[in-house]
Amino acid sequence: MVTRVTSVTSLGRNGLYDWLIQRVSAVVIGVYFIGMLGYLIAQPNLDYGTWKTFIGSVPMQIATTLLVLSVAAHTWVGLWGVTTDYLTGMTLGKSATCVRLVVQMVIALLLLVYVLWGLVTIWGGA
Amino acid sequence: MKVSIYRYNPDTDREPTMKEYDVDTQGKDLMVLDVLNLVKEMDPSLGFRRSCREGVCGSDGMNINGKNGLACITSLSSVAPGVKEGKKALVLRPLPGLPVVRDLVVDMTMFYNQYEKVQPYLQNSTPAPAIERLQSPEERAKLDGLYECILCACCSTSCPSFWWNPDKFLGPAALLQGYRFLADSRDTATEERLARLDDPFSLFRCHGIMNCVSVCPKGLNPTRAIGHIRSMLLERGI
Repeated sequence: MVTRVTSVTSLGRNGLYDWLIQRVSAVVIGVYFIGMLGYLIAQPNLDYGTWKTFIGSVPMQIATTLLVLSVAAHTWVGLWGVTTDYLTGMTLGKSATCVRLVVQMVIALLLLVYVLWGLVTIWGGA
Repeated sequence: MKVSIYRYNPDTDREPTMKEYDVDTQGKDLMVLDVLNLVKEMDPSLGFRRSCREGVCGSDGMNINGKNGLACITSLSSVAPGVKEGKKALVLRPLPGLPVVRDLVVDMTMFYNQYEKVQPYLQNSTPAPAIERLQSPEERAKLDGLYECILCACCSTSCPSFWWNPDKFLGPAALLQGYRFLADSRDTATEERLARLDDPFSLFRCHGIMNCVSVCPKGLNPTRAIGHIRSMLLERGI
């Protein structure tokens, strides 16, 4: 009998969804950094005021928000893969499920803090 | 030449050991299986599988100086520089990642379980024609590079994703066979086959490192087949 492999801790509970999220988030991260690099090269005499105006503009706020969300999603899919590869019964014995769940929850909480902190920094208006 | 062979009998040995043998190949560029047969004459207790001795049956898959391959079609000169000349030892271990039954013989149950999951047989829900289900030459050509797999397990046991999750990740051999039936114009179970593959493990645990392509003794490309399945899943899912 064929049984479906399931996992409630993967981002989309579906391999195709996770695969797609990882590719799309990689493109967002890549485009952001190439764009940022281009801006920094084009602004050799960049001062704080110009930088603040640039990074605080609504298009950059949206782009940076996308970056933060993409980094979080990309990190989760990648580290979920690492934990399900290496923190298994084969390497850790009976305690594997507990250890894996704890590590995954710590990663999830850190990413949540990172996203919230990022959003406050981007949209906080400081 | 020096031959170092993995020896382990789970019934009597506490742990595996590497045993060294001196084999006289008379300078010939023998196949690894020929060397094993010479060792077997010296030490009949050595266990290994072999059958056709010409790369068709897939019985003698093993790890040869760090790379999986079929002993019967791997010549000493192709193993590594210096092995044929006796300057470097020939090192033989069982296929990695599978339980050892004895010496170079592994338990292939996990490998066959994954093969079974892809339902490697033609499924067609339409009424059977009077003679046979015909294919155009173009449709038949799509099966080239897929049907030739001999299930030696060299690919799956060289894949780290299969090592870590042999119960969840189907492995390159099973996925190649899975695509062989997805690509077959006579098979009508495409949707059911794809529906079983879109979880996070069965197919998507492949990270494309291509060890499978590097070791396949038949020169097949499971990574490409996995990519084709992924494209089919993408078209189906979006």
